[in-house]
Amino acid sequence: MSFEIIKRDTNIDFVGMRKYAYVLSAALLLAGFLSLVVKGGPQYGIDFAGGFNVQVKFSQAVELDQIRQALDSPAMTGLVVQDFGDAGDNEVLLRASFSEQTANDVRAAVESGLTSAFPGVTHEVQRLEMVGPKVGADLREKALQAIFYAVLLIATYISGRFEQKWMVAGLMAAGLASVVYVLELLSAPMSLSVIVATIAALILCVVLRLKYALGAIVALIHDVMIPLGLFSLLNKDVDLTIIAALLTIVGYSLNDTIIIYDRIRENIRAKVSPSLDVVINKSVNQTMSRTLITAGTTFMAVFSLYIFGGGVIHDFALTMLVGVVAGTYSSVFVGAPILAFFKPRIDIDERVEKATA
Amino acid sequence: MGSLRWRALLAAFVIFLALIHVLPSIPSVRNSSLGALLPGDEIGLGLDLKGGIHLTLGVDLDAALSNAVTSIGQDLRLEAREKKILVLRPRLLDSRRLEFTLLKQEQRAELDELLGSRFATMQIISAEDGGNGQLRYVLGVTPDYVKYLQDLTMDQALKTIRNRIDQFGVAEPDIRKQQGNRIIVQLPGLDDPKRAINIIGRTAHLEFKLVDDGADVQAAVAGTVPAESELAYMQDKRGTSEVKTPIVLKSEVVLTGEYITDANVQFDSYGQAYVGMNFNARGSRIFEEVTGANIKKRLAIVLDGTVHSAPVIQDRIGGGRASITGQFTTEEAHDLAVVLRAGSLPAPVNILEERSVGPSLGQESIDKGMMAALIGGLLVVVFMSIYYRRAGLIAAFEIILDIFLILAGLAAFGATLTLPGIAGIILTLGMAVDANVLIYERIREELRHGESVAAAINNGFSRATQTIIDSNVTTIIAAVILYQFGTGPVRGFAVTLTLGILASMFTAIFVSRIFFDSWLARRQPGTQPSI
Repeated sequence: MSFEIIKRDTNIDFVGMRKYAYVLSAALLLAGFLSLVVKGGPQYGIDFAGGFNVQVKFSQAVELDQIRQALDSPAMTGLVVQDFGDAGDNEVLLRASFSEQTANDVRAAVESGLTSAFPGVTHEVQRLEMVGPKVGADLREKALQAIFYAVLLIATYISGRFEQKWMVAGLMAAGLASVVYVLELLSAPMSLSVIVATIAALILCVVLRLKYALGAIVALIHDVMIPLGLFSLLNKDVDLTIIAALLTIVGYSLNDTIIIYDRIRENIRAKVSPSLDVVINKSVNQTMSRTLITAGTTFMAVFSLYIFGGGVIHDFALTMLVGVVAGTYSSVFVGAPILAFFKPRIDIDERVEKATA
Repeated sequence: MGSLRWRALLAAFVIFLALIHVLPSIPSVRNSSLGALLPGDEIGLGLDLKGGIHLTLGVDLDAALSNAVTSIGQDLRLEAREKKILVLRPRLLDSRRLEFTLLKQEQRAELDELLGSRFATMQIISAEDGGNGQLRYVLGVTPDYVKYLQDLTMDQALKTIRNRIDQFGVAEPDIRKQQGNRIIVQLPGLDDPKRAINIIGRTAHLEFKLVDDGADVQAAVAGTVPAESELAYMQDKRGTSEVKTPIVLKSEVVLTGEYITDANVQFDSYGQAYVGMNFNARGSRIFEEVTGANIKKRLAIVLDGTVHSAPVIQDRIGGGRASITGQFTTEEAHDLAVVLRAGSLPAPVNILEERSVGPSLGQESIDKGMMAALIGGLLVVVFMSIYYRRAGLIAAFEIILDIFLILAGLAAFGATLTLPGIAGIILTLGMAVDANVLIYERIREELRHGESVAAAINNGFSRATQTIIDSNVTTIIAAVILYQFGTGPVRGFAVTLTLGILASMFTAIFVSRIFFDSWLARRQPGTQPSI
């Protein structure tokens, strides 16, 4: 018979394990959250905070401290010098916060500072990025909006698709969008509105008994917060590409969650058992081999990107790696068991029967 | 059986379409005789892969408004004077409001009539009693005029920047207006970003003003400048350092750069570069009058507020030619000539964002991306082939097909490939097998339930298809949102991700089915599928 990872009669009690899973998740989230609170929010990269990034390649190895001393000038306020890329590349990344200097001033300061400090070592400015405060604020806003609308649309889609509650879900989405719109008119910071909207979405899901959407949103918050918390612990910058990675994680993780939900729905219809706990467990076990294989192949691909993809894409790949693990875990241990949160009897909804027969 | 043949033909046709879209992107094919027959679209590389500069410029629309309101104020004073209405010096309250004093209240009706007939772009906001029979007026620009002026300023700025870049000579520049006051400029493959940015960002506002030789320069530096005059600084290069000498100029602008028809680099007898300019007919006349009336006085040439030179006028200058001298290098003179020819910007332009990538880093990114894709792809292919045996080989073949389809899609839509785009392709390598895995696992399950081989395959496909579509919608939602809110590179990622998902759905559901059905058709009774 064929090659198998998961034996066919595996029956792990995932719902029974959910308490431990919740404790683990809460611990991870709390660690990240504390780090975020202590450090006053995520450490924004230049895309969001504004400033300069200069990537320089040297012809031979140089001491970071010497670079720091060489470039200590008014043009480079808040200078941070880090190693960049693979060892032996002799590349460094310089970061400075935004000042009245133009990118050309910074370029000139780097050129002259390095030339005089390291005679005989040639260097090349490979990349220079300057983001002004205005653009930074715009990008911050856009990133938050993107995350918010992603949550909104996905919650709507899931409620509609799994519970045939298109109307309710649509109303919820419209309500949330208008809440954010009003907050925007009151010129509340976008971050606050997104937090308020997300909490409102959770409450609405509970009140409207949109259990699938609730599971999806909880899993989603989980998957975004864990990499963010990790980045805060590692003192890594959050940039545009990181937000792109986070949104991809959202899509990927929900992909997992939906596959399990699909199976749950199918098993409910097949009247596998009157107990929801049993149905959820059976469904997670039935889809387990697929969950592991897809997570495995995705992990392989992203891992290869992380190792071989070069410095520019490094943090993106790291976020994806963490996200694939967190997303897979959350689909199995968070997204699925949370359906049992409402303690529902399985009363098969006639409309669901008709609509998807 | 007939349907199988048609499906195979359709799949072959899709692959053929993809092929003719991808081939032009391979240089050796593009330049061959085959290349002439193929569609011309090739996959563009983003600036992060081929090197170049991306700039976001902000046009200072407030400054443009202030300039317009200031000149309205000057016109108003002149027109009022002609009608014997006494208006005291108008001044700007902010970029949209003008304040002035009417000396005699009894002239109010006359003034209001003048404002209504000649200055329809201004509204009277208030006219208060200022004591001594005076009236203090505040005028504001009408919203319509603000909008008109802003659009005009943006269009002029865009045109000027386009002109400058064309004159500078960059291959395939991309310059477009964005919402509000922003302009995006993308210049591929430039090795001297400093120079390009100087050319684009310079306002190049050229003015000729007379030097106020009677003024006390020391006193002016200390803060007492004679009325109708202003303090400026003359730039002078001594070796490598720049020296700035104070100089007092008459405020009145006698001539501006708007009359310039041409500018070019010339050399004096010492081989020193300078910029020669030609004026149009009207500019020539003004220049002749000004020089004729001010012989033995000095005329300052002011560029963006800095005095470049202030030669003594020896004689009336006809023929409409003037020159700007200074210790220019040939390159500086060339760039100055470019901006003068292309015209000045209607308002100052600030660089809000700049991202420049050198060509070597771009190439390195491509190489590393390829390496990561190869290794990642190999890992996935090997794993699938071992785990699902022959069906795994089908999945592996489809992964390669997916990448091929993504590239074809990029070429067909004229999209650019960026570094995050390559990351999106690599991610697809891992995620694309998901659809295959769902189908195969389902088929295995059905077989375990004791279904016949044909029924297992049939049920496996039909049941998994619904799940595949359901589960991919969320990733597509995420990708669409990224496209909507993202900028250049992130958009590239969103596009490849979406194309990857669509391609993987097509290959896993449609193409795999062809393989399975053709195997079923040729199957000896009793053999089990290799899955």
